[in-house]
Amino acid sequence: MRPAAKTDTEDSRATSATGGVRGPPATQENLLLRLAVEHFLFEEAAHLDNWRLDEWLALFTEDARYVVPATDLPNGDPRRDLMLIDDDARRLRGRVARLKSRYAHREYPSSRTRRLISNVRLTRVEAHEVAVEASFVVYRSRAEAMAPYVGIYRYTLVRDNNNGFRIRHRRAELELERLSDHGAVSIIL
Amino acid sequence: MGRSFAFVDAPAPRYALSLTVNGCPMDLCELVIEDVEGGSFRVHRSVMTSSEIFTLEQERIFNRSWLYVGHASEVPRPGDFCRRMVAGRPLFMIHGRDGKVRIFINSCLHRGALVCRQDSGNAGSFVCFYHGWSYDDCGRLVGVPDPSGYVEDFGKTGRALIEPPLVDSYRGMYFANFGSDASSLADFLGEARELIDLTMDSAEILGGWEIIKGTAKYNIRANWKLLLENSADNYHFHTTHKTFADYNANLRRQAGLDRPRINNIDDSRGLVFRHGHVAMLTRAEGRTIANPSPLWSRQAIAATIKLRDELAERYGEARGHSMADHSRFLIVFPNLAFHDTQSGFKLRQWWPLAPDMMEVSQWELVPRRESESLAKYRLEGSLTFQGPGGFGTPDDIEALESCQIGFRAHELAWSDVSRGMRREARSDDELTARGFWRQWHAMIQGRAGAERVTDLPVARPPAPAQRAS
Repeated sequence: MRPAAKTDTEDSRATSATGGVRGPPATQENLLLRLAVEHFLFEEAAHLDNWRLDEWLALFTEDARYVVPATDLPNGDPRRDLMLIDDDARRLRGRVARLKSRYAHREYPSSRTRRLISNVRLTRVEAHEVAVEASFVVYRSRAEAMAPYVGIYRYTLVRDNNNGFRIRHRRAELELERLSDHGAVSIIL
Repeated sequence: MGRSFAFVDAPAPRYALSLTVNGCPMDLCELVIEDVEGGSFRVHRSVMTSSEIFTLEQERIFNRSWLYVGHASEVPRPGDFCRRMVAGRPLFMIHGRDGKVRIFINSCLHRGALVCRQDSGNAGSFVCFYHGWSYDDCGRLVGVPDPSGYVEDFGKTGRALIEPPLVDSYRGMYFANFGSDASSLADFLGEARELIDLTMDSAEILGGWEIIKGTAKYNIRANWKLLLENSADNYHFHTTHKTFADYNANLRRQAGLDRPRINNIDDSRGLVFRHGHVAMLTRAEGRTIANPSPLWSRQAIAATIKLRDELAERYGEARGHSMADHSRFLIVFPNLAFHDTQSGFKLRQWWPLAPDMMEVSQWELVPRRESESLAKYRLEGSLTFQGPGGFGTPDDIEALESCQIGFRAHELAWSDVSRGMRREARSDDELTARGFWRQWHAMIQGRAGAERVTDLPVARPPAPAQRAS
């Protein structure tokens, strides 16, 4: 099993001793790269909000991982801690197949979702891989309830030759004390 | 005007209580009606929607029952503590430096502020942030700022944080009781202890169970009793959880195997115990202790079979194999699920916040010394079905919320819980739900328990041979 990509994790609660900027410098190359990453994340969000789940699934590498930690343990390690979701590629395919079925009762009829992605930051830039953080709010409306999922995404993106990306690691850490009106994480966060 | 229950032929109220349904007086004894001869068992849906019943449940059930608080493995070292809300009360459980685990009401003796303000951690003392009164890890008041304002020796007179009236533990599980006249925890658990023992003993070889970090915390917009009905119910499995069954079947098909023998009716049974505890046992593959799934690696399968043999050797064949082969879905009345299943071993507890809202917490237990590969299969099995992100739980939540919306139509006043009353109950019958409802109904009327917990025996039809002659 791939180790959890916690090495990319920056403790957002820690204050910087220097007051300086963390992460890669704001060179023109990095700023353009960030635009390309944002473009990718926005396209991904459009797939999810429009329930184009097969197209979304095609964005992942074969060694991919999709993780949602428990609300009381945002930095949890899937190898030893209880997560809400810890999908490898096989179970991710199963999740999509389930959500497309009319028997996924929690999502039939499907929720309406709208996701806002902001504060996109590159935290590590390498020749073949980019680590990214982004804040998110995913609003879900269904069955008389509207609940916002608030949190931070941590991605490891693999760069491909066409200035595009594939997702190797996707972690959605919720900044919620509990899933209150949400009840479950039945949509893709 | 008479009462407006459609399709209902309930007895007239013998005396009026304050409970009203659609403006009509309703007697508590009418809320659950069991007709043994007619084979019907009905629950009046007002028990899922009434705020009066909600209040009565607090007084007559939650204030008088043994309630799970936490597990010893959550506070292994001196100073370790964890916070809990139990029956609406803020509590914390702490391992004192004297080695004793205590449960305190989390409220300063002075003016009431919370003294423990983190969900978990390790501390030698707790200082109330409001005025600075401090307590040690055994709960004793050890400091009062500027004591000259009080009578002499004010802070030195053996004052300590308050504990619930009754606290006891069984196999590492700590319970509190806010009534003072309850029977012992061991007596309360009664026959259900055997199921708890089977699970607890089964991990002794592996160092015993511990709760791992990470809690599934979620709300369900439904009455708390619906989750009780759901948690030991085999009838809903193949309809509500079709996508989960399909996912598993698909994995097996890819591996060249038949459909799984999962929740097979013939290999399962329901049990009801005194005090309202109920259970479902199912023979299940995919238990790392100790009945392997054919989808696992050859090495993992061999290790699991070896463990199964060790259990049989240590505890005798019948008991050892029962530990290994059966998933145990036990519900400890009123609100604790003890589920040692093919989807891991978890404790799940839920509290009513309102007639139509409950708050659920779920903790995962693992053996301290399970091999890496089996631990991986264990967590995989757990997450695939269970919890808010699994392939099973969200659809349970949907079912319960769907029922709750259905209850808004008062015209349909009764739920039917009669399945299997007129036959030797199978695991997909509603024997377990009836066991719970009988206890609930007795307690809501102020009695300690139901006179009869199980269905009455069914008269067997004459044997075919006799009919032939």
